Amino acid sequence: MVDTEPAAIDVEGLRMRYGSVDVLRGVTFRAGRGEVVALLGPNGAGKTTTIEILEGFRTRSAGRAEVLGVDPAHADERWRARIGVVLQSWRDHGKWRVRELLVHLSRYYAPYATPERPRPWDADALIRAVGLTEQAGKKVRTLSGGQRRRLDVAIGLVGGPELLFVDEPTAGLDPRARLDFHALVRRLADEHRITVLITTHDLAEAEKLAHRILVLSGGRIVADGTAAELARRMAGEDEVRWTLDGERFAVSTPESTAFVRELFARHGAAVAELEVRRTSLEDTYMALVREQEQGAAR
Amino acid sequence: MNTAAGRAGWSRGAIEFRQSFTNGADLTAHLLWPVLMLVALWFLRDREFGDSGLALGTLALPGILGMNVAMGMVSMSQHLTADREDGTLLRARATPDGVRGYLVGKVVSVGGGLLADLAILMVPGALLIEGMRVDGASSGLTLGWVLVLGLVATLPAGAALGSLFASTRSQGLVQLLVLGVISISGVFYPVTSLPDWLQGVAQVFPIYWLGLGMRSALLPDAAAAVEIGGSWRHLETAGALGLWAVAGLVVAPLVLRRMARRESGSTMAVRRERALQRVG
Repeated sequence: MVDTEPAAIDVEGLRMRYGSVDVLRGVTFRAGRGEVVALLGPNGAGKTTTIEILEGFRTRSAGRAEVLGVDPAHADERWRARIGVVLQSWRDHGKWRVRELLVHLSRYYAPYATPERPRPWDADALIRAVGLTEQAGKKVRTLSGGQRRRLDVAIGLVGGPELLFVDEPTAGLDPRARLDFHALVRRLADEHRITVLITTHDLAEAEKLAHRILVLSGGRIVADGTAAELARRMAGEDEVRWTLDGERFAVSTPESTAFVRELFARHGAAVAELEVRRTSLEDTYMALVREQEQGAAR
Repeated sequence: MNTAAGRAGWSRGAIEFRQSFTNGADLTAHLLWPVLMLVALWFLRDREFGDSGLALGTLALPGILGMNVAMGMVSMSQHLTADREDGTLLRARATPDGVRGYLVGKVVSVGGGLLADLAILMVPGALLIEGMRVDGASSGLTLGWVLVLGLVATLPAGAALGSLFASTRSQGLVQLLVLGVISISGVFYPVTSLPDWLQGVAQVFPIYWLGLGMRSALLPDAAAAVEIGGSWRHLETAGALGLWAVAGLVVAPLVLRRMARRESGSTMAVRRERALQRVG
């Protein structure tokens, strides 16, 4: 996909240092318009720091950052109106009613409407889209965890953003609410061509949600590509297990198919309990992160 | 641009004001204090202060009203701390012009709440206590400017306090300090019965001046005899409250901006962890 528009996010050599600790040591990546990108990494890898710098909530130590063509450290309210942030909320606005809160927050965006981008979005349509119609008149604090998350998404979208930041979206959600949430984000991104940057420590989630995955580890982007590309690039060895005359064997090999053919050619029917386990993306991801951490420790 | 945020702020304030009168906990907070004060006034209504011919209850009611206005400082400060802790302020920061709207809303809801509390106390108080001077124009005028100046003197200062004292726990300290100041500000008992140096301390804070202003609006002129210098000292009242107002209006935006800049998802998360540990 060749995109002639400038990138939604363009980051180069981003560094963040707290005291003597380097949290980010040169993060570089781009996200095109309309792309859903997952920033994947273990806890403490610097995902939240990265996203907070891009949201304009935190000042970087060094490097270049452009979000929608503007440096977030010096961005104004006009830029703020083009960004949606889904906060890891807790209990803010608990006394407010769902619709009341959404309508209220939408009002701030009206002065920033442009012919191409009508702002804000209609609160009722949004409530329908995130499936909270029945809860529209309820107080926010009475919502379940999943409903609250969906309200957070609605709040992030109410200004008609061109770019949406979502930090650890499904932490603390049950599997059902998680699936609903994934579907919601995918659908919204597809329908409205919003660029989405999501942070997660869950590989399965990144795989399901994102067009592209960035693996952040040790303060650097260590891999960048689609799930399939990552699996191919990081392809490790498959594991083959079998028994021969009651004795157990296990071998790791990059060419499991050829290995098994050879195995049968040599031993024929004596081979039993054959098991071939292909390296999952999970395994390669874990290997990648472990490698990085050991490298950093050395 | 700013007019939309201003209007949103007003409606935010109106919504929060309504909320505070439609849920049990907040309603109790609104009513508890006035009821306690009215009970205290009832017992003070026949006790005379020295040989001034004035009942203590008569002297105390305006003082309590003035103190209530000054308590706006505490409630503003508490609101800010709570809103920071639960993420309301971060939400405002993520919205264009949101912090401005938030502040307008806070002033409207806290200021409105104060005025409502004032009415809740003043109306039954005036019926209960004899010797109040309610002679329309002039007392209304005095009441008006003392109230407005008092709110401008205390609300921004309260917002500044709220940004400086970050945790709910340190808010307890603020409250303790304010209670200390109240006890020396001549609210329940004329300040002239205190030692000179304490009178000096009391005159640094707006609580004394608000009480004095209220007494000057609601009591007959003869009651000025028990005040410092035997006068209502309107000029000094305006001056002292004016100084607090200017200081608050200068300092509050600075510390508020600094505080808002520091808000982010991870600082929220840290606070959440801490608070959950406290609960669990």
